[in-house]
Amino acid sequence: MCGIVGLHLKNPGLQPRLGELLTQMLEAMTTRGPDSAGIAVYADRDPAPAPPGQELRYSLRSDETIDWDLLAKRIAAETGRDLRVEPLGPDSAVFVSPAAQTSFLAAVRRAAPQVTVPGFGRSMVVVKDVGAPAAICARYGIGGWAGYQGIGHTRMATESAVTTAHSHPFAPAADLALVHNGSFSNYATVRGRLARQGIRCDTDNDSEVAARLIAARMAEGADLADGLRTVLKEMDGFFTLLVTTRTQFAVIRDSFACKPAVIAETPDYVAMASEYHALAGLPGITGARVFEPMPEEIHVWSR
Amino acid sequence: MEPVILSCAELSTREINAALAALPDGASARVLEPRGRHNLAVGLSNRVRIDIEGNAGYFIGGLGDGPDVVVHGFTGWSVGENLQAGSVRVEGNASECAGASSRGGTIVIEGDASSRAGISLKGGTILVGGNVGHMSGFMAQAGVMLIGGDAGDALGDSLYEAVIYVAGKIASLGSDARIEELTQSDVRAVKALAELGGDGFGHVQPENVTRVASARGLYNFDALKDQKY
Repeated sequence: MCGIVGLHLKNPGLQPRLGELLTQMLEAMTTRGPDSAGIAVYADRDPAPAPPGQELRYSLRSDETIDWDLLAKRIAAETGRDLRVEPLGPDSAVFVSPAAQTSFLAAVRRAAPQVTVPGFGRSMVVVKDVGAPAAICARYGIGGWAGYQGIGHTRMATESAVTTAHSHPFAPAADLALVHNGSFSNYATVRGRLARQGIRCDTDNDSEVAARLIAARMAEGADLADGLRTVLKEMDGFFTLLVTTRTQFAVIRDSFACKPAVIAETPDYVAMASEYHALAGLPGITGARVFEPMPEEIHVWSR
Repeated sequence: MEPVILSCAELSTREINAALAALPDGASARVLEPRGRHNLAVGLSNRVRIDIEGNAGYFIGGLGDGPDVVVHGFTGWSVGENLQAGSVRVEGNASECAGASSRGGTIVIEGDASSRAGISLKGGTILVGGNVGHMSGFMAQAGVMLIGGDAGDALGDSLYEAVIYVAGKIASLGSDARIEELTQSDVRAVKALAELGGDGFGHVQPENVTRVASARGLYNFDALKDQKY
């Protein structure tokens, strides 16, 4: 059992409250999985359209104490590109770099193998950690974050270990994040198939395989809905997936709809959660259209 | 006697259920601000009337053996699960597994129920004014379901002796479920069920429903012949 939540704002006036609302939603799902949690928050962070060779924001995290400024200097030297450090929270930082993504990630691995990169992108920042959602959200001050879209996950591990790296969201491509409630059964097979295409997973987690599969299809040109169709076709198991890109917010359930999902839509937002009580505190929820997505239906909202 | 007022904003689920269990027969209670709370009015054996004033979570009224519970809103999964006697009425929609495994009593969903409504029904009565989702009535052993709207895929898969009446369309029947001829006795039964359902069942025409029951082809396991699963 795990709990997933997501909020896609249509009304820009709610953006200053995104972190507050997401925190309250995630905390309501604590009973579905208290061992670790994570969120991905999307915000319009560049006032002007980024130039070609645009900067990406890398969310970094370490279980050990790290001198982030020193690490930034080393990575800037390795990649040959200037780098900006933005504070994120304890044991974490956001590095903003115009370097190519592969060379940046390789430089991090060489300079500080103990540092993980939970996610990266133009708009997305990812935080994940071991512990209960309330503690994690408080530690990073997520309640004060603004943004236009966010997803969260609180985990009760079934398929792999309880570590920061094994917690959700999984964000293997720029601005792509996935949270999963359920369990895949054939993920080792799919992981092997991806490995033969040169796509490697960081962990032995089943949900990461689905995230990598979607990212691989999208890298080939598929849109998000097609990426999700690939999961239906190639992966066996139980799943409610909430997957976001820089512009899209999508929900899909397996053929039996074994794992719960509730969606609430108003003129101001689309909200999704494993259980309704995560949505019960949202503004205007009493007037929302509340429904359950049916098996194999793909629901996508775009901004 | 004035109803007892219990608010989810102030009380834990255990406190609410303990207060409900302590009510004398004939008493009534209102549960306020449920906001999707799970397990409300569970395991009660007194003859009381409970009104839940809003949208509620999972297992509402489950294991009940006497009370009449009314939810003025929608419910999450497994409303009235394992009901023994009494009733649970949902004025809105219900999520998955409505009335799962119930042995007796009546569960009324005035709106739609989701998938697996009446799964493993063991003798209770489930009345749904609207539609039900896929695999409803799965392995239902005894009891009766009336569906006022349409049924999703695999209706009545692996049915035993429960009977399902559908007023609308059936997307598909599950393994070993079959449509049977409607008898006068069925029409009388459906008329009584629709009256019991009350609000939300006025559109049901008892003489025009479809009767779904077991073809009994799966009663005896034969691994070598006519496998249907």
